Amino acid sequence: MLKSFVAVSAGKAARFASRLRGGGGSALPGLVVERIDPTFLTHAMAKLPDGVVVVSGTNGKTTTTKMLVALLRAHGKSVFTNPTGSNFTRGVISAMLEQLPANGRLQADMAVVELDEAHSLNFAKAVRPTHALLLNVARDQLDRFAEIDHTAGLLSRLAEQVSTGLVLNRDDSFISRIADVVRGVGGTGTMDHPAPVISYFGVHPSIAHRLPELQEQDVRFEEAATVPDVTEADALLRPIDERSFEILFGNDAGHVEGTGARADGQTGSNPSRVGPLELRQRGLAAMINATAATAMARQLLGTAFDEVVAARALAAVTPPFGRGEIIDADGQPLELVLVKNPAGFTVALSTYGATPVRTMIAINDNIADGRDVSWLYDVSFESLREKGVALTTGLRAYDMALRLRYDGVETAEVDQDLERALTHFLRTYPDEPKRIFCTYTAMMTLRRNLAARYGLAGFGEDPTG
Amino acid sequence: MSSKGRIKLVHLYPREMSIYGDLGNTRALCSRLRWHGYECELHDHHPGADFPADADLVVGGGGQDSGQSRVEADLERHAATLRAMAADGVPMLMVCGMYQLFGNAFITVEGRQLPGLGILDVTTRGNEKRMIGPVVLSTRFGDVVGYENHSGSTVLGAGQEPFGNVRVGYGNNAEDRTEGAMTHHVVGTYLHGPILPANPGVADGLLAFAVERRLGRPFEPGDIDDHLADEARTRQIRRLLSGAGKPR
Repeated sequence: MLKSFVAVSAGKAARFASRLRGGGGSALPGLVVERIDPTFLTHAMAKLPDGVVVVSGTNGKTTTTKMLVALLRAHGKSVFTNPTGSNFTRGVISAMLEQLPANGRLQADMAVVELDEAHSLNFAKAVRPTHALLLNVARDQLDRFAEIDHTAGLLSRLAEQVSTGLVLNRDDSFISRIADVVRGVGGTGTMDHPAPVISYFGVHPSIAHRLPELQEQDVRFEEAATVPDVTEADALLRPIDERSFEILFGNDAGHVEGTGARADGQTGSNPSRVGPLELRQRGLAAMINATAATAMARQLLGTAFDEVVAARALAAVTPPFGRGEIIDADGQPLELVLVKNPAGFTVALSTYGATPVRTMIAINDNIADGRDVSWLYDVSFESLREKGVALTTGLRAYDMALRLRYDGVETAEVDQDLERALTHFLRTYPDEPKRIFCTYTAMMTLRRNLAARYGLAGFGEDPTG
Repeated sequence: MSSKGRIKLVHLYPREMSIYGDLGNTRALCSRLRWHGYECELHDHHPGADFPADADLVVGGGGQDSGQSRVEADLERHAATLRAMAADGVPMLMVCGMYQLFGNAFITVEGRQLPGLGILDVTTRGNEKRMIGPVVLSTRFGDVVGYENHSGSTVLGAGQEPFGNVRVGYGNNAEDRTEGAMTHHVVGTYLHGPILPANPGVADGLLAFAVERRLGRPFEPGDIDDHLADEARTRQIRRLLSGAGKPR
């Protein structure tokens, strides 16, 4: 207990110090605590009555976690989460510090934590998750995880640690396959280890043809494409148009094919669906994230799940920092779009391609960005050809401009210095909507600079709470 | 402008062996051919298909183990064709996994020996440790920059010429400072990035071999604006040689 007290105090001091130095979403306080008390996490999370949920996968963790937390809170649950996108174990501890009493035990009904594939396993060693929501597997920072098969294996091992419930992506064979592994381990389960409940999220058959724009093509093979049957617990996304959609459940998802939107336009009156609704964040990927979060919330809440409450909660979620966040830049919208890997960049371009605006692309190659920039060659940039790209910036600004040249996209200027490029971008196009695609550390720098310019909330200080 | 001639570029296994932006190499070769005033005919070769006998230039990339096992039988079927083409001076660029398969053998961590095509006199052993990071080489095509990510450790046979000498990075095996291998006009290398867009000297070197062999006259390069490629390459090389490119 004394150790915990010391660890919490030291961590809080480190957190304060790193805030003073202007660090955003820092893992340093977590590191301090981890050094002093390695069992800290186990202790802090041991007694959460409604469990510990891990959200993992390559793309959409931050957005999905934010949506899941919003859904649970809207149902009256108190939820601990790591909202800064600092998705390593130390980031979880850092996020936890501000909420911890001196006894080191978290006061909440449940925890929902976003963790990357490798760190989710470290976390599971300290705290056995009751639930996991597994989103997708795509190439991401291959210099850290090396190979896709390996990444899929990490998530599979995480799933084996889960005690109570899993929600899997039925359209991503790397993820849906995990059901066989889990069922294979426990079969139907034993007295000591009952197998976890498994449900799925996915897209409605009417839009299955749009999946390729969201998934890795070059690593998928014909024999892998077996999609599990829809069961009552599953949630399927059916978009109605570019912005509005509904989430259908179980059997209802099967027999509504081709009926289109309901004529009455009511929301939530049908108990077997959520919506129709619109998200604040654009694009098919965000809708799929909402569907994933809804499937997990429904599994966690059981009969307490309320479709009307859920639709209202999802519609109110603001995009997380840098994930399609819209900043008011001198009266013009400036969209900040995080891109981390080919699948993510491709989705971002198809989401925003319909409305071409002045564009800047910021590519860094620090560890958190992925040091290898070759993935840029697996993204097609042709949708940017018409308007061209105003600026490329970041440590690999010239590589980005070179990449664009091979797709026939003109780059007006190249400047490796992020802040100078941002100033130039804002000054050159003051009266037009603008968009910045950026890798993680480039986003951090740009977001901090934009926060200072336009008085925005900083990292870790979510304006909507 | 009338075409200076037509070159057939064959991409080996674009589905299975194309993981680290290898498409960029194909794209760079085809675009540069056009920019130089030649025509590019791109042919994707998939497992089970006949191999085009009139290939002028062949490229292949890296894959994960599951991809590699899917192409082995097909590669064996076309082994004699590929060996004959290599001996006849057809330029080829084989990156990472395909570089290993163009060697004599790959010996797995468990000691199992998988035979390769033997076009390059190299032998690769599976390793527990991966060699990952940015690379700078000195090669006959000039300074080359790229990125490596491989667990195989490759050793050159006696007399086998490397593709380059390592200035930054691991190279073939982290010990002898060699990287890749080159025999006739066949280049094997661990460098992706992908290698060709930022190193147009290598791309044009391969194109020159292809043009001379197919058309029987010297390569006539066009006037290409390579300033972005030159900036990307020289800035990254300067950064890596100065130590400023250390991971952050």
